[in-house]
Amino acid sequence: MRTLTKLTTPAETDSVSADSGVASEALEGRIKGASPLARDTVSPNSHPFSRQHESAIKHVTGRADYIDDLKAPADAIHVALGLSPVAHGRLTRLDLEAIRRLPGVIDAVGFADVPGHTDIGPVFPGDPLFVDSEISFVGQTLFAVAAESQRAAREAVQQALATGVAEIDEQPASLDPVAAAERGEFVRPTHVQQSGDWEQALTNAAQVVEGEQFVGGQEHFYLEGQACLVQPTEDEGVIVHTSNQHPSETQKLVAEVLGIPFHAVTVEVRRMGGGFGGKETQASPWACIAALIARRTGRTTRLRLPRSEDMRLTGKRHPFHNRYRLGIDEQGVILGGEITLIGNCGYSPDLSDAIVDRAMFHSDNAYSLGEARVTGHRARTHTASNTAFRGFGGPKGMMVIEAAMDDIARRIGEDPLTVRKRNLYRPGRQTTHYGQHVDQVKLLHALVEELENSSEYWERRRAITEFNAGSPIIKRGLALTPVKFGISFTAQHLNQAGALLHIYTDGSVMINHGGTEMGQGLHTKICQVVARELGLDIDMVRITATRTDKVPNTSPTAASSGADLNGQAARDACVKLKQRLFDFAHEHLYKDQGLEREDMRLEAGYLVAGHAESERRIPWGELIQAAYLNRISLSEKGYYATPLIHYDRSTGKGRPFYYYAFGAAVAEVSVDTLSGEYQVERVDILHDVGDSLNPAIDIGQVEGGFIQGMGWLTSEELKWNEAGRLVSDGPATYKIPTFGDLPPVFNVKLMEGHPNSMASIYRSKAVGEPPFMLGMAVWSALRDALASLTDYAEAPRLDTPATPERVLLVADELRRRYDTTPLERGTP
Amino acid sequence: MIEFVLNGQPRQCEANPDTSVLELLRETLGATGTKEGCATGDCGACTVAIGEPGPDGKLRYHSANACITPAHQLQGRHLVTVEGLAEGNALHPAQAAMVECHGSQCGFCTPGIVMSLFTLHEQQRHAPAPLTQQRLEATLGGNLCRCTGYRPIRDAALSMASHADNRPAWLDAAAPRDKKPHAFNLDTGFMQPTTLAELTECLKQHPKARLVAGGTDLWLETTQRLARVPHVIDVTRVAELNLIEEATPEEGLQGWWIGAAVSYSRLEPLLAEHYDAFAHLLHRLGSQQVRNRGTLGGNIANASPIGDTPPVLLALESRLRLVGPQGERELPLADFFLDYKRTALKEGEAIRAVFLPRPTAEQNLKVWKLSKRREDDISALLGAFAWRLEDGVMRDVRLAFGGMAAIPKRAARAEAALEGQVPDTAAFQAARDALSEDFQPMSDVRGSAQYRQLSAANLLERLRLVILNDSQASIETEQPREVMLHAYAH
Repeated sequence: MRTLTKLTTPAETDSVSADSGVASEALEGRIKGASPLARDTVSPNSHPFSRQHESAIKHVTGRADYIDDLKAPADAIHVALGLSPVAHGRLTRLDLEAIRRLPGVIDAVGFADVPGHTDIGPVFPGDPLFVDSEISFVGQTLFAVAAESQRAAREAVQQALATGVAEIDEQPASLDPVAAAERGEFVRPTHVQQSGDWEQALTNAAQVVEGEQFVGGQEHFYLEGQACLVQPTEDEGVIVHTSNQHPSETQKLVAEVLGIPFHAVTVEVRRMGGGFGGKETQASPWACIAALIARRTGRTTRLRLPRSEDMRLTGKRHPFHNRYRLGIDEQGVILGGEITLIGNCGYSPDLSDAIVDRAMFHSDNAYSLGEARVTGHRARTHTASNTAFRGFGGPKGMMVIEAAMDDIARRIGEDPLTVRKRNLYRPGRQTTHYGQHVDQVKLLHALVEELENSSEYWERRRAITEFNAGSPIIKRGLALTPVKFGISFTAQHLNQAGALLHIYTDGSVMINHGGTEMGQGLHTKICQVVARELGLDIDMVRITATRTDKVPNTSPTAASSGADLNGQAARDACVKLKQRLFDFAHEHLYKDQGLEREDMRLEAGYLVAGHAESERRIPWGELIQAAYLNRISLSEKGYYATPLIHYDRSTGKGRPFYYYAFGAAVAEVSVDTLSGEYQVERVDILHDVGDSLNPAIDIGQVEGGFIQGMGWLTSEELKWNEAGRLVSDGPATYKIPTFGDLPPVFNVKLMEGHPNSMASIYRSKAVGEPPFMLGMAVWSALRDALASLTDYAEAPRLDTPATPERVLLVADELRRRYDTTPLERGTP
Repeated sequence: MIEFVLNGQPRQCEANPDTSVLELLRETLGATGTKEGCATGDCGACTVAIGEPGPDGKLRYHSANACITPAHQLQGRHLVTVEGLAEGNALHPAQAAMVECHGSQCGFCTPGIVMSLFTLHEQQRHAPAPLTQQRLEATLGGNLCRCTGYRPIRDAALSMASHADNRPAWLDAAAPRDKKPHAFNLDTGFMQPTTLAELTECLKQHPKARLVAGGTDLWLETTQRLARVPHVIDVTRVAELNLIEEATPEEGLQGWWIGAAVSYSRLEPLLAEHYDAFAHLLHRLGSQQVRNRGTLGGNIANASPIGDTPPVLLALESRLRLVGPQGERELPLADFFLDYKRTALKEGEAIRAVFLPRPTAEQNLKVWKLSKRREDDISALLGAFAWRLEDGVMRDVRLAFGGMAAIPKRAARAEAALEGQVPDTAAFQAARDALSEDFQPMSDVRGSAQYRQLSAANLLERLRLVILNDSQASIETEQPREVMLHAYAH
């Protein structure tokens, strides 16, 4: 049964750092006259809060337009890309003239045709729009061709490459990130976080456990591939329609590539057919290329990547090589040690600095590392530039400590859950290795305990142990893994947002904000915030496409921050406009009635003043018309910047996160140790979203995130050949979870009664990324099942994705070492 | 000119022979509700429903991936897309349930999911049956969703029936005036023979033309490699190729001749009745969209080393009936596969029918497919094992594998190691050892050579355990122990 967050007061005051109050004050100051920040989002009397997605009906009827569905003028042209066939080398000659002479080719462009910036690196330089001479990965763009149809453009590219328009001097490629790290080949400098004397902690420890792991990458596999449609405008500019999480950055890059002011470029995003981080930086190159061709030809230009190119050209979740060495006491509690993370960044920095940082910030997950040093390397290889993906480094960092938890448990002969619980942040061990105080540890403990009980962990543990003892082939495994995920962009300046609110004279409301809709329900939540603030039915509120000419200088919709930041900005606009309307009503409508200005409120489509006998109500529409006739502005902008957060890279200390979101999952699996096949039998999840803005949407994020995280660790395997070409470049070879992978028993609940301890939009918490990492429970349960082959003497190393092949090879190796092979003696 | 009905409206369109239904919809007709997710038939975002007259003359709708369905195959058919289901604001139950259950997030896969649910809803109208997990998996296993995790979609499937049955009346309209297939349409290059005689004539005139049934592999050449296919012969309308005929006593054979154009979906009831293991494999072959269109004939003629059905048919010692310029000929399936993607088909020849022997009472068949994902995946390895027990020893042992060599192939040495032996540890150890002489598999994106070798040998061990379990179960009351996961067992 799925439950809604109840309107309750918190059971007891949780341990909260003193700055929560500061933040609250800071926020109150910014939002003048705000009502108390907590709590009735979920009151069933105010709004039906589990609103359907604002586009749900359009989705199911095929009326929701994605980029490739947008109607374009009849003379619109299509672009295809000429891509490098080698991973490393030099482009010694590119005959664009020959390409332009090919039949059907309208235009062809390369490096020399770029009027402005040729490097479109989002944070640091390193991403050439087209190859100049250095080629850095298979699929890097050499040139682009425009033709009357996509097929014609692709055929022209094929013909051009076949006729040798590009001459390449191929060089040996560097594809091993560990070797690259050893050679010091990094896209960004190594960063270290340290707390206390980690070496002493290791020396003093009762035992030292250590391990290594490979954590594979992940293809985003958004169902709508990268796509854009660019229209030239009557001045020197362009309008860019793009499937894109970061319109403002695309605006900037398009302007810089074209060498025109930012105000000449408008970027519009109505919705994405999935983003997951893959359209944060990696949607821009295609917009820049299409804009270049649109300006050169004066024609509307489409660029859409075919799936296999999308998969080869764009970066993925970083593969990581992790090592740890931790000292523990007799109870298995970590005293300290060191963790080393090597992220395979691909050929350029992209967002890798912040991603590896976030991996480091999360290498503790929900556990105190004690006195620890965490080192993060950013290795350079000749592959596509790896990028943001839901969790943004967090998942890869957490994997190392979850591996350690299982390893410690086997070392000291305790159940992994016991060891995990002993290591959770707790009063007295409440500061992370980067110096941030972990608030709400009582919530964390309560959440784990509630899930432990509701999932019947210990009863099932006993049943599984018994089953495994009598089952030589099929082995079951069980694991509970928690999640603590820091919320905020670690780049401080991105933690800001704007909104634009219009009320029209019929009373209908239009809201715009800087966030983009990629399916996560952000627009729905924002409409709910506005409807709630203005006391209106949500049908009175409409949201339209995100546009850089409505709300400027926006941050990417990323880091789970969409509702936190934009919700506050939208609320800010509402509050300001509401105050103006109250002032107006007080002055003009109720002047002689003695009604208190402070008592006014917007409720259920009315402005209400006074109480009981003296209560006066004005319908919203009348209020708006009166305000208009009295020349009161009915438009307002809102703004929000997250308070308190800071991080000093020189010391590796600070408070990078405004707050943490928590969750935990229990997974039970069955493994066929003869074939490596496995199935997930049951999953229980309890997740913390503070006070939910929309429980239905939040449940959707939790479930979807879990399944995506499970896919990352199980069936989704990226494979490159020896030449550095991605060979798993389509859904035939790259397997995301499908319908049958939904666990037959899947109990998902939102944690009740724990509003955010920090002042956030209605005390909710971000939900986009944190549930992704709940998928680790499946991986840990697989290790648990395999450990039964060793009679739980060790937790076998299980690299990811834990495909049936990996599981089988581990099982086979364990059988040989532990001599439990059924082939000779295990006859049932 | 293709003449068909789109969402109740008659349409006439021109198209190249290698145009897909998806291209026709999105580019020619500007109907963009149907999405392109992969253009390889693997994601289901482009799922549409195609209506053909059923045995009772009424229209029956099945799901198909528009991206790899030849547009010309719409000739005389009804095409239903997501835009057609709602009448004004009245949503079809498939749509209403998806909205109510929060079944869409980004919405891009949603049109395909709605269409798959629509076909399920239609099935329930014609023949209501419990919505088992297996049926839901069959319906939705070919529709990838990256956002929801599928739980709300499962809820939508289960709750469709509780919504008002708003269903466009035109769905039941009689088939349009029977539009003749394009028997010899050389204008477009797309030929639709309706009889064996016409087929052989087409083959004679265009021996280099490509034969297509479901198009589930051929169409990838055009969407992925941009190959042009100027001449196509569509075998799906050839009456003789659509028959399932029981062999006559005169032939000296017991079993059925399966027409080469019979889709997996049509084959399923026969397999379910006679070959549980084969039917079980079918549930894991491609997706419903693929099974509705793919055929045994195509799977064999395509000669992929990792096609799912050839190892099973090899283990059953199937035969093929070929048709060509010199008339018909038969040969054992084992003689059909010559080398990687090379077959015994001569120029101008086609597979007419595939022989499926009737199982004998003593015969056992196990089919085990290994892949990264249980549903809608291609085999890393597939083992099909047939045998019978006679006085406690194994007889007629046939061990066939896919994914272990350049062609689907029987493991001759491993078979010899088991033939006439008691199924004990020693015999199977010998068979496992022999397997490494039978095969030297390769490493590719689906699995390493080491994994293939090890898991193939382990499938033989599984076979031993299954035989042991069966024998014990028949003798003793003790519950046999699990040797397979229940989701994979049959």
